[in-house]
Amino acid sequence: MVAAKRTRDVVLTAIWGENPVFRQILGVCSALAVTNLVLNTMVMGAAVIFTTALSGLTVSLMRKYTPRIIRMMVEVLIIAFYVILFDQALKAYWPDMSRNLGPYVGLIITNCIIMGRAEAFANTNPPLLSFLDGLSSGIGYSLVLISVAVVRELLGMGSLLGVGMPFFSSSIWDRWIIMVMPPGAFFTLAVIVWIARTVQKDKERKDTKVKK
Amino acid sequence: MSSSSTGMLHLAIVLFTAVFTDNILLARFLGMCSFLSVSRQVKTAVGLGFAVVFVMTFTIALDWFAYRYILEPYAIEYFRFILFIVIIAAFVQFIEMAIERYSPVLYQNLGIFLPLITVNCAILGASLFMVIREYNLLEAIIFGFGSGVGWMLAIVAMAGIREKLNSARIPRGLQGPGITLIIAGIMALAFIGFTGVLTGR
Repeated sequence: MVAAKRTRDVVLTAIWGENPVFRQILGVCSALAVTNLVLNTMVMGAAVIFTTALSGLTVSLMRKYTPRIIRMMVEVLIIAFYVILFDQALKAYWPDMSRNLGPYVGLIITNCIIMGRAEAFANTNPPLLSFLDGLSSGIGYSLVLISVAVVRELLGMGSLLGVGMPFFSSSIWDRWIIMVMPPGAFFTLAVIVWIARTVQKDKERKDTKVKK
Repeated sequence: MSSSSTGMLHLAIVLFTAVFTDNILLARFLGMCSFLSVSRQVKTAVGLGFAVVFVMTFTIALDWFAYRYILEPYAIEYFRFILFIVIIAAFVQFIEMAIERYSPVLYQNLGIFLPLITVNCAILGASLFMVIREYNLLEAIIFGFGSGVGWMLAIVAMAGIREKLNSARIPRGLQGPGITLIIAGIMALAFIGFTGVLTGR
């Protein structure tokens, strides 16, 4: 029972309570650029989930055998290993998508979220829990990016996943081209962060929880 | 003579594009983490900006040589992520030791920013763009320098705006990163305006 509750806590905090994007705006660099289309974002999200989950698992498995002094180096290498796997697989089986995403798959290595989870969680927790933590952090991160992408593609192109939506793709709707250009990403993310933070702050006040 | 002048024009376009129209931060979203967290004061932003210009110009040249003479001959291009990161980290470490030894004044102003740079995705991103766009050495150096200057321009302008914002009333949920993102969006709009300068439209 206790273990089940702990697992659920880990998953929920990673997705909502401590969602890295809302809380610290971490790791947006490597992915905001691909949020102009929902499909690109989903592939990018899959790459991040794949990397966070498996690198969490690996770092945790190796935590007893890694000398503390070279810990960071080992973590970077583990993360880079999974990113290269994903990048090569994408290049081989979906070359068009690989070209669309450009350098951004490789930039997952410098994504602070993945390194942050490895440092803060996987280093001190058992493998299975670290895998779950990585998985949910990745999912939480991808959900934010996908919601940005949905807003941008719908308002900017009038479509979702390339399929024209009723109303938005008709002539009534004047497409907001600005949404698929870079400024649109900043504005959309700002509004989403605004909403999330307001909701979270209201809840915090209700809980009257003292901030650490 | 005419071929060298078109060559110069081409390099000038690479530079202008890197600084303004294809700004690595506002159009490519690279280096956002430090952009959002270290843009509270103009002084620190300038320091970090110079460090980025310096490191980016040199690491992109080193990465170019590594790619051309190590990765390509052995057909291990997929290894570039790891090699580039190692080169960047080693370069930053080396520079930090060098300026600590020879110029304590410079170290005090620049030194504290150097460790931050290793994790700045703009540095790695610039090198990855260099590979994708198949730049030659000169283009790569110009591109690295221009991207650094563009990044610095953006963070210094942002710091200037944020210093003024301290006295403004902002909705609670929008404070901090929220308002910074909105300002960045408006700045990105302004930078897009430079597009017409190159195409002449």
